[in-house]
Amino acid sequence: MRRQRHPRGGDPPVTPRPGRLPAPPEPPGAPPLLRASKLVKVYRADGVTVEAIRGVDIELAIGEFVAIMGPSGSGKSTLLHVLGGLEPATSGEIWLRGQRADRLSTAAWAVLRRQHIGFVFQFFNLLSNMTVADNVELPALLAGATPRQARKRREELLAELGIADKAGAAPARLSGGEQQRVALARALANEPSVLLADEPTGNLDSSNTRDVLRLLRRAHAGGQAILMVTHDARVASLADRVINLFDGMVADDAKVVPIPRTVNGVGDVLEMRG
Amino acid sequence: MLSVNLSEGARRAYGGDGNVRLPLLALLAKEPAHGYELKLALEQTFGQAYPSPNIGQIYVTLKRLEQDGLVRSEDVEQTTRPNKRVYELTPAGRDALRAWVSAPCDGPRVRDEFFIKLILAPMAGLADRMELMNSQRRHYLGIMRNLTELQADADPADTPARLLIEGAILHLQADLDWLERCQEELV
Repeated sequence: MRRQRHPRGGDPPVTPRPGRLPAPPEPPGAPPLLRASKLVKVYRADGVTVEAIRGVDIELAIGEFVAIMGPSGSGKSTLLHVLGGLEPATSGEIWLRGQRADRLSTAAWAVLRRQHIGFVFQFFNLLSNMTVADNVELPALLAGATPRQARKRREELLAELGIADKAGAAPARLSGGEQQRVALARALANEPSVLLADEPTGNLDSSNTRDVLRLLRRAHAGGQAILMVTHDARVASLADRVINLFDGMVADDAKVVPIPRTVNGVGDVLEMRG
Repeated sequence: MLSVNLSEGARRAYGGDGNVRLPLLALLAKEPAHGYELKLALEQTFGQAYPSPNIGQIYVTLKRLEQDGLVRSEDVEQTTRPNKRVYELTPAGRDALRAWVSAPCDGPRVRDEFFIKLILAPMAGLADRMELMNSQRRHYLGIMRNLTELQADADPADTPARLLIEGAILHLQADLDWLERCQEELV
């Protein structure tokens, strides 16, 4: 369900942000937004068995931004896909907003996903035969919004992401950075409870990475919960917490604690690690 | 651990030891100047990128450069103020500057204090490698957070400052990638 973004007759509207308005404070004892326990994912093909995820416990609170790092092959992307229901778990439990998700039928999982999960991938995965506008409106339409609601939401999002003028373009006509912004708009179209992102800056140059970073920061500041797989330490450093995955298991799980800023600001960049 | 951005040569020239010898020579290569003008020129050139040297440090350095024969000076009379001492580059100073500019700077650091800890501490039974790497990663990420915030706040017109921060970020990213390689090979 879409939220009322601009209360009528009340205060002037707040600056629109990607994503949702600040999440309400979590009532004490409320279940975490997303939780998995003893999660295992085994691939079997041609007599070869690969244990990609080997007993992962993970939690994401409402409004929290968690980054998952780790070497290639450590199971990061698999974990994200299993949590988002794109692939079934071999064993273990997944709970989304207090509801056991991994036991749902494929169709019921798809409905839950459409309502509560937004995905962003490294290679954008936009539908090439549809315009930018249609790509962004589609999830809202699938979730039951009226065409008018979907269009309004799309216009807001594209404006917020600085690509309003690209609405009628085909995705292939856009730069990588623009395509990723469209993908972000699409992922946020239904105001998902959680944004799952798999290396969203993995295919972007430095300046586009900075733009996407700024958008993610804003979304997070607006209360959007984010679970993101990334190699990019700039992106990870913005998270509340970073999980290090190694060999299919959690090797570390710690809050990001900024090193206190020194008096000379930029001038001390050199000295900070001396 | 060596510094993020500056080679040892550049550090000697304008680094942790407060030495501004070669930047002063470089500025004097353009035109003769007195101490305060040199301080202002450094500030204008580097913006926020480097801490501004204090004026005393500049005068002391100019005196030493003169003793070394790299600059010479003369008093210029001023009508309403005390005389000012104007410095200019000598041919020897120009040679020193040219040698500094044309010599390549040190490449990536080959010794790293953390790496030495990582190898030696477990051998001495003092620490677990995974714990060492985890705490180092947390520390790097904390620094990275600081740098990304500095980058977001940096004055877009201050190009040296922006490039310096970006350089520090890229070095730190490389440190983290390397940490990951250590994790793959050593655990």
